[in-house]
Amino acid sequence: MIELFLILNIIAAIIALESKNLLSSIISLGGVGFGLAIIMLFLGAPDVAIVQILVEVVLLIILIRSTIDRDHTRIKCHKEFFSLVTGGAFLGVMLIFVILALQDLPQFGTAMAFGPDRIIPSLEYLSGSLSETGAPNVVTSVLLDYRGYDTLGEATVLFAAIIGALAILRKTKAEKKSKDEK
Amino acid sequence: MISLPVTYSLCLVLFFIGLYGIVTKKNAVKIIISIIIMENSVNLFLLLVGYRKDGIAPIMTEGMSVEKFVSGAVDPLTQAMVLTSIVIGLSVVALMVAIAIRIYERFNTFDVSEIKDLKG
Amino acid sequence: MKNNKGMTEIVKTITSLVEPAILLYGIHITLYGHLTPGGGFAGGMILAFLFILLFIAYGKDEAFKKLKFPQEHIFDSIGIIGLLFLLSMIFFAGGHYALELINKVYSGRAYHLFSAGPMMLENIAIAVKVGASVFMVFAVLSVFGKEKKND
Repeated sequence: MIELFLILNIIAAIIALESKNLLSSIISLGGVGFGLAIIMLFLGAPDVAIVQILVEVVLLIILIRSTIDRDHTRIKCHKEFFSLVTGGAFLGVMLIFVILALQDLPQFGTAMAFGPDRIIPSLEYLSGSLSETGAPNVVTSVLLDYRGYDTLGEATVLFAAIIGALAILRKTKAEKKSKDEK
Repeated sequence: MISLPVTYSLCLVLFFIGLYGIVTKKNAVKIIISIIIMENSVNLFLLLVGYRKDGIAPIMTEGMSVEKFVSGAVDPLTQAMVLTSIVIGLSVVALMVAIAIRIYERFNTFDVSEIKDLKG
Repeated sequence: MKNNKGMTEIVKTITSLVEPAILLYGIHITLYGHLTPGGGFAGGMILAFLFILLFIAYGKDEAFKKLKFPQEHIFDSIGIIGLLFLLSMIFFAGGHYALELINKVYSGRAYHLFSAGPMMLENIAIAVKVGASVFMVFAVLSVFGKEKKND
């Protein structure tokens, strides 16, 4: 079942990259994100699936409202030979390393953190969550109790990114002057 | 003999599609889309690594014994990390879209190969 | 979209009907984050969608009248300062001490709403912060970007 939805995701990703129309490529990107949310539900991660759906909706709204209706939506397509060759070489070299790395992964379904000879923080979280923090939802207790400062840093990154976007999009003095002259 | 696990391989195919888009596409919006696809595949890979066959979600319900829960639930740590990573990805995309809008206002195009004037 | 009048009458009516449900759903997801799937991130984003829906359905001018607009950075700062305060309080007082203190005040048990110590307060702080941030992302990228084009 997971493989089926992954193949769907791959098809949607190819359409998103190869389509000539920017609007249809953004909608296909939505297909990738929502398919991913369904896979997350199959993998037993409802918390992450909820957040993934919401983030995908925000991304679609942002991309459509900020990029689509300020440009001609059809894009010119000129392919350069050299960039294709570079991309092919890049992908080939990466592929070799990926195949080497895939040999070392454990089989799918036998989770890494539960192996016999590894250090296992996850088992501690699972068994101690209810008695130590009082929360039955282990993901929330990891986020807010065991690793609370991680969440604080993440909130700070969100804050900093928005300040950065505001600083990039503000009007400079030269722009105001040129607008007045017009 | 080389043996490839199917699920991991499909996830990495998704990653490679994103990488291909970043290397070859010229449109700024397409590059942003490729970066989002790569982010999605990396998040999915972390979740796949933490999965356990026939695992249940790491949320206890009333009347469930702790031993049964520990032996049956999937890894909560990777889920928490992925939750953080998704929200950070949103903010990064917001920053990239802001830069793309600025490029469009200045050069009147989204095509990164037509931007030749880099002087102040 | 050249006019800032918003969408048709049908969309506006449906929006005004759906609004309270979205508000309640966001608050529920936030408050029950330590018992069921959800939590501060998801609840805050749903609350941000409420305002995004208002903006898209009613148009910029109406929404500016309804909301006192540039207040999000205040909510943003309140959220992150609240999170910082809660976490540093736990750090200085020791995690289990703070847990027991708040558990005594709540007199809560497991699987009840008022349990799990400071976790619900942290969820509320994160929801305020993330909701304000996501709405600010939307506002900065689509509303302010549009103003320049229309001038």
